[in-house]
Amino acid sequence: MESIGVLMMCPMSSYLENELQNRFNLLRFWTAPEKSVFLETHRNSIRAVVGNASAGADAQLITDLPKLEIVSSFSVGLDKIDLAKCKEKGIRVTNTPDVLTEDVADLAIGLILALLRRLCECDRFVRSGKWKTGDFKLTTKFSGKSVGIIGLGRIGTAIAKRAEAFSCPINYYSRTVKPDVDYKYYPTVVELAKNSDILVVACPLTDETRHIVNGEVMDALGAKGVLINIGRGPHVDEQELVKALTEGRLGGAALDVFEQEPHVPQELFSLENVVLLPHVGSGTVETRNAMADLVVNNLEAHFSGKSLITPVV
Amino acid sequence: MSKSSDPPVVLLHRPASLNFMDELLTRNFQIVKTHTSSDPIPNSLSSQAALARGFVNIGLLPVTEELLSKLPSLQIIVLTSVGVDHIDLAACKRRGVVVTNAGDAFSEDVADTAVGLLISVLRRIPAADRYVRSGNWVDSGDFILGSKVSGKRVGIVGLGSIGSHVARRLEPFGCIISYHSRSQKPDTTFRYYPDILSLAAENEVLVLCCSLTDKTRHIVNREVMESLGKDGVIINVGRGGLIDEKEMVKCLVQGVIGGAGLDVFEKEPVVPEELIGLDNIVLSPHSAMATAGSLNNVGEVAFANLKAFFSNQPLISPVQLD
Repeated sequence: MESIGVLMMCPMSSYLENELQNRFNLLRFWTAPEKSVFLETHRNSIRAVVGNASAGADAQLITDLPKLEIVSSFSVGLDKIDLAKCKEKGIRVTNTPDVLTEDVADLAIGLILALLRRLCECDRFVRSGKWKTGDFKLTTKFSGKSVGIIGLGRIGTAIAKRAEAFSCPINYYSRTVKPDVDYKYYPTVVELAKNSDILVVACPLTDETRHIVNGEVMDALGAKGVLINIGRGPHVDEQELVKALTEGRLGGAALDVFEQEPHVPQELFSLENVVLLPHVGSGTVETRNAMADLVVNNLEAHFSGKSLITPVV
Repeated sequence: MSKSSDPPVVLLHRPASLNFMDELLTRNFQIVKTHTSSDPIPNSLSSQAALARGFVNIGLLPVTEELLSKLPSLQIIVLTSVGVDHIDLAACKRRGVVVTNAGDAFSEDVADTAVGLLISVLRRIPAADRYVRSGNWVDSGDFILGSKVSGKRVGIVGLGSIGSHVARRLEPFGCIISYHSRSQKPDTTFRYYPDILSLAAENEVLVLCCSLTDKTRHIVNREVMESLGKDGVIINVGRGGLIDEKEMVKCLVQGVIGGAGLDVFEKEPVVPEELIGLDNIVLSPHSAMATAGSLNNVGEVAFANLKAFFSNQPLISPVQLD
């Protein structure tokens, strides 16, 4: 397979680069001084694209690569890949679904605990020496709080399972009722928010779910409610969120994702009732290596005529 | 002279901020407060304290032989803590004073904090939050990768109420749970290690939830930390004295262990200076139990113990005095 051209869109894992380089003719797109010249030069050798959540394969790239057979994404989300165009051209698409589930669900629970129990603020309180001048304030209990999950897919289900061990009643919203769970279903996100103490965004980003958490949802969640976003930044109307938080209409927010990463609204930096993470949901050493293996295994399966491990298209 | 129908005299000691039991106690008992002057207790106790049959100790005021000698009428000490390491239990026993603690009132909150600290250390949550707030995400790019929580081997030291709650919470994370305690628990299938060294050797995370006694002081020493290893993490929601803090600081700085999440310290509120700059640890000001919900719970438990005692009913959460 050494002659097969694999175009990697951006640096994502040095482990993955090594694994690809050992097997294929790896082309690093980000090192090309002139992208159009680079594509023109390699258009007939590139048969695979490796992308991720921030750099995939848009319609233009797909058109520029006539020999493209497969896009193997180092991510769960595929919002940077033109899936319709791939389908039309018979280009296969794979993602890395299950490997991320546990890390994202773990982080969601970590964010809930960090936010309600003020763990980041506790840490700042001790490090700044303030403990010597008095006790820390009381915080909010997690066990037993109702958790509302938007999107009860793999990640949502893993979050629910974990929260159940904290005696939390589980509610959810999704397009359809899931027949095989006994969690409480709400047909709208507003109703879900109204009936939950903690709202967790765990659905994929699509046209329908963009800004699924808007000002109305935040008001339904209320001054004692908290929002957890481990999905994608555009799930939440960020401007509305900043307003709701600074005006005290929403109790708090823990965010791993933002609308314009790495840019985070400055107004949030001085708030104590927020936890802000630099998109580390799927960021553990163990998981990145497992994801890289899955990307490579999908490519190997495709080019040796075997069935794909995690096909999307 | 007090009549037998008068409500019993109860001495109350509490930090200024914790007034959550004042109303309930005042309605049911004759309350005498410890803080009538700025002199240290017990010298500052009023003469009325000598009549106190009950003593509600909110916080961690040490109860010594000397203090007990100023309270000749005392029959019951009601604590709002789970730990009793600040109480001279032998002296209580000699004087026939019974002691109650917080029982299970804090178990859920402390277990929640233990899990919160565990995820925070492995996934570097406070360090990542600092990274975003300081603008480093824009300036320096991706944050350093954390370590996975799901599937970790977690050893719990002390499988009492709190330890059991921690285990239950970690099970759906796919964590493999084992434990060390004085004796093997018949009602659990978790693997038991009769000594802490082998528990540390077989696990990636140690969670300390046991009480502090002469036998558990410095139960985590240098040898245990070496056995836990360079990727190992210690979570302490028990008492600071469970860990040899001096050695722990060295082990963290030298990379003998990988990280720590600490809610308790040996000389609170003093925290070793060397820890302040480390990113692989999460520090918390002994607030594992401090939620509004917990205070309600512990208030109820404390009050129920007093009520039970003065009406000759069985106590809710008595402490074994030997």
